[in-house]
Amino acid sequence: MTLEYDVAIVGAGVAGLTAAIYSSRARRRTVVFERELVGGQIATTDRVENYPGFPEGIGGLELAQRFQQQAERFGAELRYESVESIERLPDGRFRLVTTAGDYRAAAVIVTAGAQHRKLGVPGEQEFAGKGVSYCATCDGAFFRDQDVVVVGGGDAALDEGIFLTRFARSVTIIHRRAQLRASAVLQQRAFANERIRFLFDTVVTAIEGGEVVERVRLRNVRTGEESVLPAAGVFIFIGQVPNSHLLAGLVELDEGGHAKVDLEMQTSVPGLFVAGDVRWKAARQLVSAAGDGATAAIAAERYLQEHLGPPPLEG
Amino acid sequence: MAEPRDVTDATFESEVLKSDLPALVDFWAPWCGPCRMIAPIVAELSAEYAGKVNFFKLNTDENPSTPAKYGIRSIPSLLIFKNGQLKGTIVGFRPKSDLKKRLDEVLAS
Repeated sequence: MTLEYDVAIVGAGVAGLTAAIYSSRARRRTVVFERELVGGQIATTDRVENYPGFPEGIGGLELAQRFQQQAERFGAELRYESVESIERLPDGRFRLVTTAGDYRAAAVIVTAGAQHRKLGVPGEQEFAGKGVSYCATCDGAFFRDQDVVVVGGGDAALDEGIFLTRFARSVTIIHRRAQLRASAVLQQRAFANERIRFLFDTVVTAIEGGEVVERVRLRNVRTGEESVLPAAGVFIFIGQVPNSHLLAGLVELDEGGHAKVDLEMQTSVPGLFVAGDVRWKAARQLVSAAGDGATAAIAAERYLQEHLGPPPLEG
Repeated sequence: MAEPRDVTDATFESEVLKSDLPALVDFWAPWCGPCRMIAPIVAELSAEYAGKVNFFKLNTDENPSTPAKYGIRSIPSLLIFKNGQLKGTIVGFRPKSDLKKRLDEVLAS
């Protein structure tokens, strides 16, 4: 059986759920596909302090659940399926094939987000969940009184490194450059924390151990000197890669793999919109992802008005 | 049995390792968001596999030695045992279809 929707949204992160709120509230039959965690990246964020309207901050998971409730309140359907392909049919509708079914939609909004960039060194994959982690708030508590390393020099690396000092005996932040990219406020907090030390101009070349991680191999990029550092945990925060594989061949991507859209989140394919971290030039913030989702849903509504006419009247 | 039963460091051996049926243990902690999201899925599986698999959950904050023994460094982690032997591990949140697939693979092996 093929299910028909007005709007299909790929990814139930902040951008996708916001788009779902707008589309379902506009009385369009709306489906949201999610292959992993509702909320996307915020679902594993400890506290959100910069989302307007929450002066005391709010837990990331709680905020994600609120987005979900709000979308479902207006009738959006959430399906825990992974979208495998998107195709534009000759009649202008879209066909989406998922791990569980075959769907048709008049408009599609892709809000597939981004995922953690991998280091790509030996041991990284082998020790995933065995000491290699991309989420301090998820896994930090298993490193109580142990020595851990954090790889990266941006906001995420410092933020998560500071969080890890709640548990770890020491946190060594390893950065391949001589200077951090992180914001001044986070740098100040990290430098003031006596459990944190820094290794600059240094890269991890391998992650080693037995059952679990025991040490990392390092190389100083300036001197070429190699060394070994004992560590029970390796937390990797070296940026994001957009989940744009579904869009390859369908819309134009920039050199970083982000989808090119106009100011209304419209791609080069009529009826196909892209919003949030997967689009180019995104601010990559919670609030801008929400803004993107709303913009895309409003543009999609305009597209549907032109092609399907207004939504049916209530009742 | 509809809901996964609590198991502790003290009862792990008698409940899980000596289970008459294959056993699935959900390692979780109260602070872990993805654990809260996977818990209802594990509860559904527990009902669907009743009579075939015994389902348990272990709070890693209160029971540190069992997670240490199995090298747990990330939760949620679902461990599947048959006749006291660890047969499969699923780390991190996965959708229900993935969990079922993995569980069926282990049961068939």
